[in-house]
Amino acid sequence: MKVLVGLGTCGIAAGAEKTYQALQAKAAAAGLPVEIDKTGCIGMCYREPLVEVRADDGSRVQYGNLTADKVERLLDEHVAQGKPIEDWMVWSDDGRGNERAYFTRQTRIVLRNCGKINPESIDDYLAIGGYQALNQVLQANEPEALIASIIDSGLRGRGGAGFPTGMKWRFTRLAAGDHKYIICNADEGDPGAFMDRSVLESDPHSVLEGMAIAGFAIGAGQGYIYVRAEYPKAIERLNIAIAQAEAKHLLGDGIWGTGFSFHVKLKEGAGAFVCGEETALMASIEGKRGMPRVRPPFPATKGLWECPTSINNVETFANIPWIITNGPKAYSSLGTANSKGTKVFAMAGKIKRGGLVEVPMGISIKEVVFDVCGGIKNDKKFKAVQMGGPSGGCIPAELQNTTIDYESITKTGAIMGSGGLVVMDETTCMVDVARFFLEFTQRESCGKCTFCRVGTKRMLEVLTRICEGKGKDGDIELLEQLATLVRSTSLCGLGQSAPNPVLTTIKYFRSEYEAHITNKKCPAHNCKPLLTYTILDSCIGCLMCAKVCPTKAITGELKKVHVLDQTKCTHCGECHKACRVDAIAVD
Amino acid sequence: MSEQRKYDFKKQHYAGEEGRLIPLLQRAQETDGYITRERITEIHRDCGIPVAQIYGVATFYAQFRLHPVGKNLIKVCHGTACHVSGANAITEAIEKTLGICNGETTPDKLFTIETVSCLGCCSLAPVIMINNDTHGNLTEKEVKKVLKQHQRAAIGEVQ
Ligand SMILES: Cc1cc2nc3c(=O)[nH]c(=O)nc-3n(C[C@H](O)[C@H](O)[C@H](O)COP(=O)(O)O)c2cc1C
Ligand code: FES
Repeated sequence: MKVLVGLGTCGIAAGAEKTYQALQAKAAAAGLPVEIDKTGCIGMCYREPLVEVRADDGSRVQYGNLTADKVERLLDEHVAQGKPIEDWMVWSDDGRGNERAYFTRQTRIVLRNCGKINPESIDDYLAIGGYQALNQVLQANEPEALIASIIDSGLRGRGGAGFPTGMKWRFTRLAAGDHKYIICNADEGDPGAFMDRSVLESDPHSVLEGMAIAGFAIGAGQGYIYVRAEYPKAIERLNIAIAQAEAKHLLGDGIWGTGFSFHVKLKEGAGAFVCGEETALMASIEGKRGMPRVRPPFPATKGLWECPTSINNVETFANIPWIITNGPKAYSSLGTANSKGTKVFAMAGKIKRGGLVEVPMGISIKEVVFDVCGGIKNDKKFKAVQMGGPSGGCIPAELQNTTIDYESITKTGAIMGSGGLVVMDETTCMVDVARFFLEFTQRESCGKCTFCRVGTKRMLEVLTRICEGKGKDGDIELLEQLATLVRSTSLCGLGQSAPNPVLTTIKYFRSEYEAHITNKKCPAHNCKPLLTYTILDSCIGCLMCAKVCPTKAITGELKKVHVLDQTKCTHCGECHKACRVDAIAVD
Repeated sequence: MSEQRKYDFKKQHYAGEEGRLIPLLQRAQETDGYITRERITEIHRDCGIPVAQIYGVATFYAQFRLHPVGKNLIKVCHGTACHVSGANAITEAIEKTLGICNGETTPDKLFTIETVSCLGCCSLAPVIMINNDTHGNLTEKEVKKVLKQHQRAAIGEVQ
């Protein structure tokens, strides 16, 4: 019997390391014949720490919220006596568990090994057929046919823009040059996205294998992985994986006994969002300031150190070995006419079941939010989803039947993006969300293009004053005008798409903007300067609010309704938080 | 810190490597806590990269600091998920507990508060990271508890 603990960053943050140690210590002390092992992200971040008990016959049972204090009972009942604990069970392969709905609508291709194998053990990966896809393409020795099958699969880049992967490989293969490079883009800069982190932490070998296959296809002998520095665990596990694969000659020289060589180097990012953009990323690998340059020439002809380079996202690479093993038809049978296969989403925000989900393309937003993820936290009202991060937009609840494919999402004004899906409820102010994203893009703009550098700043100023209750008539139109200018005069995707969050919120939530500007009210009760607090007659006169008020705006006597002096109020909200009987109204 | 991540220019894999400036600065920061003036001169001497260019790169990337930080670096996530889940209130609670503003270091040099864009644990929002440990699903109360633990640990070490 085996007990696996999900030790991704999410799990560790929820205390999985302690669970792991407790399991080891207690199992050893009780002399139980059980192996305690690590695995990656199981996907149900909302129920971390997660533990799986795997019987010798391969049957699997997963438990959620398994903190260290629950270890003893688990070992005693399930491991020693063979009696699974139904109450704690979240999922089992025979259809039990109170969270099984989370998995029924999912199709796991990219996440096929996440939470199943130990990411720090190449033997685990080899045991489930790892590096066999690479072996297969090397033995067949037909790079053109390999590229054709990737084109047939319909796989499109998962980094955001959705360019057909096979085409990119073909262009790079056909480009003239002795040295060619493969780059894996693991910069994952979109706030609210963590798909790539989970894949790298849970299944690094699949990405390495995908890169080696791409290297063979285009004729590259060197690959780089550019990982953001905020992901220490992913970096650690990638380093382990690269060393293990090199030791077994599955990377390096003479792979699988053929003449093919492919070396992989890891580069740590240094905290610049714009470095996710392909030309900026290459400048950063070259040791320079990460600033984008004009395309063309595209990286496929002139990339890293002026050599032809194919750059793909982590998720794109993780798909590759599966497509080789199962054939392009199996992949293209999933999804819609122009968007094939599956997409991984990182679900976060006001959602009940936040975590990592992989669904076939063509499913609707509503199905993902409600059927897979259980709907909105605390049963509040669903307002919008934000897709595509700072380059994307907000899709309102009215459009929840929109299907998830590149074209339909683009039609709404948002973009598919890399897969961060932040859910918002009635308490989220959409003007504030737009301001938040502008603050981000304004800070992260590299400064090369004037409109991206200055235009985003002007837009941010307008949005900030609207949120502070100083909005003026014509501000919405001014934002729209600036948005058009920034979009059309920026060199890279950062500036071109920076207006998207503003434009989509104006398009779908114009009345909220108007309420801020004309009525000086924030309907979501989020923008503090616009809130008015009033003490209701239900006040029991406990003096709590008067005590916490930093400006002494509240006065009163014990057991008498208190009085709030609006001229002294700074709208900090401390009184509202302190009141135990909800006698302070906010508007 | 592992030996492998210490600043050591002579290490083979930097000596002839193209694009080595960023890894060198990263190792320098891990060794010294921030990018010191002396290291910049040293990198210039060892690799011949102009000082201006080293400064240019060091100031471009958010990761590099040109000033020392406290012993415990608190990174407060202000990514999308954390923002809609109340990251501002968490920052305020931390500021109040430590008596400093975002971006500052406590006078005893024990804590520095810093804002980051996303720590990749969005489903546990709001999230903070103290040194390399991530804490999720925070409330104002919870974050104060975590800070108190660190304060006690730090005081324990001093005594
Ligand atoms: C500002 C900006 C940030 C980007 N960030 C990322 C990123 O974090 N990860 C990523 O894979 N692609 C990112 N991209 C897209 C890349 O430029 C590139 O299109 C992608 O890595 C190609 O891989 P794919 O074909 O597999 O999607 C970004 C683009 C822009 C303009
Ligand atoms: S938004 Fe805070 S961890 Fe991602």
